[in-house]
Amino acid sequence: MDFTLRVVMTGAALLGLISGALGTLAVLRRQGLIGDAVSHAALPGIVLAFLISGSKAPVVLQLGAAVSGTLALLWVQTILRTTRIRFDAALGMALAVFFGIGVVLLSLAQHTAGAAQAGLDRFLFGQAATLLRADLMVMAIVGVTTFFLVVALWKEVKLVLFDADYARALGLPVRRLEMLLIVLLVVAIVIGLQTVGVVLMSAVLIAPGAAARQWSKRYGQVFLLAGFFGLLSGATGAWLSSLAPRLPTGPIIVLLLSFLATLSLFVAPERGLLWQYRKRKKAARNAQQAVLTVLRELERRHPHEARPHPAASIQTLLGPEVPVNAILRQLERHGQVQHEPGRGWRLADRNPEATHESRS
Amino acid sequence: MSPALEIQLVAVLTAMACALPGAFLVMRRMSLISDAISHAVLPGIVLGFLLTHSLHHPLLLLLAGAAGLLTVYLIELLEKTGRLREDAAIGLVFPALFSIGVLLIARFADQVHLDTDAVLLGELAFVPFDRLQWQGYDLGPQALWTMGGLCFLNLLLVGLFYKELKLAAFDPAYAAVIGFRPVLLHYLLMSAVAVTIVAAFHAVGAILVIALMIAPPATALLLARRMPTYLLYSVLAGVLSAVPGYGMAWLLDVSIAGSMATMAGVLFVVVWLIAPEDGLWARWRRRKKQQIDFALDLLLLHLLHHEHQVTALDERHPDTLPQHLNWTETALQRILKAGEQQGLVRITSGEVHLTQAGRERAQNRLEMLTPAQRLTSRPSMIPAEPLPLPQTRLRPHSRDQEKSVL
Repeated sequence: MDFTLRVVMTGAALLGLISGALGTLAVLRRQGLIGDAVSHAALPGIVLAFLISGSKAPVVLQLGAAVSGTLALLWVQTILRTTRIRFDAALGMALAVFFGIGVVLLSLAQHTAGAAQAGLDRFLFGQAATLLRADLMVMAIVGVTTFFLVVALWKEVKLVLFDADYARALGLPVRRLEMLLIVLLVVAIVIGLQTVGVVLMSAVLIAPGAAARQWSKRYGQVFLLAGFFGLLSGATGAWLSSLAPRLPTGPIIVLLLSFLATLSLFVAPERGLLWQYRKRKKAARNAQQAVLTVLRELERRHPHEARPHPAASIQTLLGPEVPVNAILRQLERHGQVQHEPGRGWRLADRNPEATHESRS
Repeated sequence: MSPALEIQLVAVLTAMACALPGAFLVMRRMSLISDAISHAVLPGIVLGFLLTHSLHHPLLLLLAGAAGLLTVYLIELLEKTGRLREDAAIGLVFPALFSIGVLLIARFADQVHLDTDAVLLGELAFVPFDRLQWQGYDLGPQALWTMGGLCFLNLLLVGLFYKELKLAAFDPAYAAVIGFRPVLLHYLLMSAVAVTIVAAFHAVGAILVIALMIAPPATALLLARRMPTYLLYSVLAGVLSAVPGYGMAWLLDVSIAGSMATMAGVLFVVVWLIAPEDGLWARWRRRKKQQIDFALDLLLLHLLHHEHQVTALDERHPDTLPQHLNWTETALQRILKAGEQQGLVRITSGEVHLTQAGRERAQNRLEMLTPAQRLTSRPSMIPAEPLPLPQTRLRPHSRDQEKSVL
């Protein structure tokens, strides 16, 4: 494995780890799209940072991105606090307006800075190949710091995430903690922008958390698992995209993550759709057995009456929750019961001919 | 028509076309669907481009529209599993579709003129170059006709289904009960959103479409209290973003799409500051007024309370009042000034006196502040006897009985 690939893979893995784990902070609060807004809103900050400093060093641009991303979120919060506008509209507007300002600044930069600004727009779509070792260092340091922060404030973070009112009642500084969570999220996003770009960043934040949530009910496990999923997809995606020419890294990582999330939706134990399907099947079988047992019991208790039993009496015996009629029709299709219109249901006979004679 | 006027017209028409379905999206709390659709149409566009080798072929619009509806459908499918919330569903679907689009471009369309930039950012400046010809006559830019037609279609949609859309936005359950088919309506609206986005994107780009769909209705929401005014203000706000937006772009020679989005934001902020009822300035004024009103009440009650007491002289002197009311000197001066202006107090020879109006107001407040008296003067709200407990309906056969039978 050559050096560049190693750097890119490590970078993508780190990015996946950080944003996957921190993304759970947003996903579990049902605010996953904050990531989308912040990443779009980062653009004016990036361009302004370049225009002011004249430098294209990632750290400078990331700082600008973080500032304008945070500003956008603060704007959203103020709108929510002071107007009737809902979260979705406020977020969407902040996203689009900030991005629009960014585009304006970008075209200004093209006039004033000329060729020097070339490459600024790589933040729009991300280019993992431009990762340098220095970037890795920044990522590693930021990653370790954020992890340390989250672990140190673990109890408080959990409380604010799941029951902010209770946290407030306990006297925790909820507003400040929420602010901290937002800053952490912004940091995770800003770090990822360079690699996967504005549009795909939201997937890198959301997908690992959404996938991990299917596997566990405990936040600690979801947090770690999301980080792991992110790391796995980041590294694999970077490696896959190196295999063929013209396979951009960002989209590959995102598609891997989407695949992981979809897979988790289906196969995760207990919550997964396949498991749910099996459970339903089993429940349906049990219900069928119950109906059959009731019919058998009724016929055993009334051996001399050759009359069928109405569905209503089975319903009475099984309680109102059981969809008796539907089950009876299913059983009829399987040939296990017989329906006599207007009279009711009875168990199917082994030799239908005999019953026919005896009845006539 | 001059090219500048043509661009301006297209911009205005686009803003109007976007504001109409956008208003309903914002009302139904589904604004971010527009974000999802606008990104997710990319694979449709790329596929259409690969098939037809043109950016203006009708098939392109069709495929892109289909991709938009697919997005909506997939998001709903994911939500229906009950395993993901809406935000996660949106955040999973559109990046995946966008990724497919980017990969398609990178693999198959690298050599041709189709950039993700072009799709995301759009360029209104090229609008006049792409003209519609008919039998040798120049009928103006193609985009003018597309956006005009779209504007008309959206107007038609809102006009025809106004009542249904309104009801579905405010009370979908009731709409379903009285037979309005909210699912059908939902997909109708979603189709309108998808088609609008697709038609608008290559004039103005994916991001600006979101700005024009969400920001003007959000601005209108600050001003309007009724649906018709809301829709009207939405369209107006769209136009008022488009016109100065293009002006700014022309002055600074910057991206038209970007400056229209910026102006949509600026317009929102301006309205947010000065809106007569919901604006920040009005809110601040209202709060200040409440503060002064409350302080005045306190002062008036204090004066009334001590009016005929021996200590009255001490109690109504401006020098001692701050102490008694626990106010600062400046606060007292402000309140006194407000009181004098409203004719509630009068300062004569350094003493604060109640005027007749002030005395009446204080007595009025005093009455309001003693709720016990008022309650007893009315028929009692508390029932004399405790209400009978609701009787639990007995189920003929519970689960336990079922077990005993078997």
